[in-house]
Amino acid sequence: MGALIGIALTSIFVQNFVLVKFYGICPFLGVSKKVDTALGMGMAVTFVMTLASIMTTICQKYILVPLKIEYMQTIAFIVIIAALVQFVEMFLQKSIPSLYSSLGIYLPLITTNCAVLGVALLNVRSASVISSAESYTLIEAIVNGFSAGLGFLIAIVLFAGVRERLESSDIPKALQGFPIALISASLLAIAFLGFQGMNF
Amino acid sequence: MLKTLKNGLINENPTFVQLLGMCPTLAVTTALKNGIGMGLSVTFVLVLSNMIISLLRKVIPQKIRIAAYVVIIATFVTVVDLVLKAYIPSLSKSLGLFIPLIVVNCIILARAEAFASKNSVLKSMMDGLGMGLGFTVALSIISAVREILGNGTIFDIPLGISTPAIIMILPPGGFLTLGLILGIINVIKARKGEE
Repeated sequence: MGALIGIALTSIFVQNFVLVKFYGICPFLGVSKKVDTALGMGMAVTFVMTLASIMTTICQKYILVPLKIEYMQTIAFIVIIAALVQFVEMFLQKSIPSLYSSLGIYLPLITTNCAVLGVALLNVRSASVISSAESYTLIEAIVNGFSAGLGFLIAIVLFAGVRERLESSDIPKALQGFPIALISASLLAIAFLGFQGMNF
Repeated sequence: MLKTLKNGLINENPTFVQLLGMCPTLAVTTALKNGIGMGLSVTFVLVLSNMIISLLRKVIPQKIRIAAYVVIIATFVTVVDLVLKAYIPSLSKSLGLFIPLIVVNCIILARAEAFASKNSVLKSMMDGLGMGLGFTVALSIISAVREILGNGTIFDIPLGISTPAIIMILPPGGFLTLGLILGIINVIKARKGEE
């Protein structure tokens, strides 16, 4: 249990997916103009990342490794993720239309979010803490996927809050828009540097 | 033909003008050789995927085109990944996961959708080369700035800077460098507009 909490805290704070590892920068900069859309995007990403961690770990352990075709990893994973996003979209549309309409436009975009493929590849490339396996066990992969998504959620919501305030600030003309957003992201990343060196 | 090339390098530079492919731009630019390595890998994938997609543009059904593009791109990315692992293991190690993540680099999918699916093979390859080189140049500039200020070296050669600002090669430095470079570009653009 302690090992799992360690994995979770590391993914959320110490190795924050966005601000420390630079995965998923495109949606982080693209859909962070308002806090509520950022929240929607963050939740959709967390959901897909958890599911993707489950599916890709199963695929790796029961298909790629037994058949000795690990070199197909990248292709297999991206196809799984694309299919998964499509299924999630169809499922939500039929069963939870209210959630679907609030996430709607962001769902298809998640396929090309490198955080999702990133967490899938990371799961099969990090050594397991619980067992002696070379890659994360299924339970570790699920915890890692969920908490990496949570890290993304925290980062994008904090950043959206900062950007909402920037709208009404007096900013030098050359820095307006994207440059000042990047500089604020830099300050946010400095805050997350404070977690560096913590070992769980 | 040359116009297509220049278009990618300057007018529609994927990094500084279109702001695409931000993840590798910020993540691997801690040293000049990483930046150039990443840029050339992306260029290779761009040229070849643009070529194949342009060749197949009349065969691929409209509805599943994105899935088909992604599989084509993933194939070339796997080639790059394995070649780097075999011949330049040090570069492969420092670029890490960002090599397989070229698959989801929006520059490549954007060029496939916006250019290669509508133009002839040779033109598409030129477009891929131009965009790829534009990306490489952008990454080189960012990584040179970060390496000089943050590590006091260029291409691992010490420059005699006694106390480099380590923050520049840490994650915050990536955001800061790109933000300031975009600001400088805005100033230059505004000056040109005045004249």
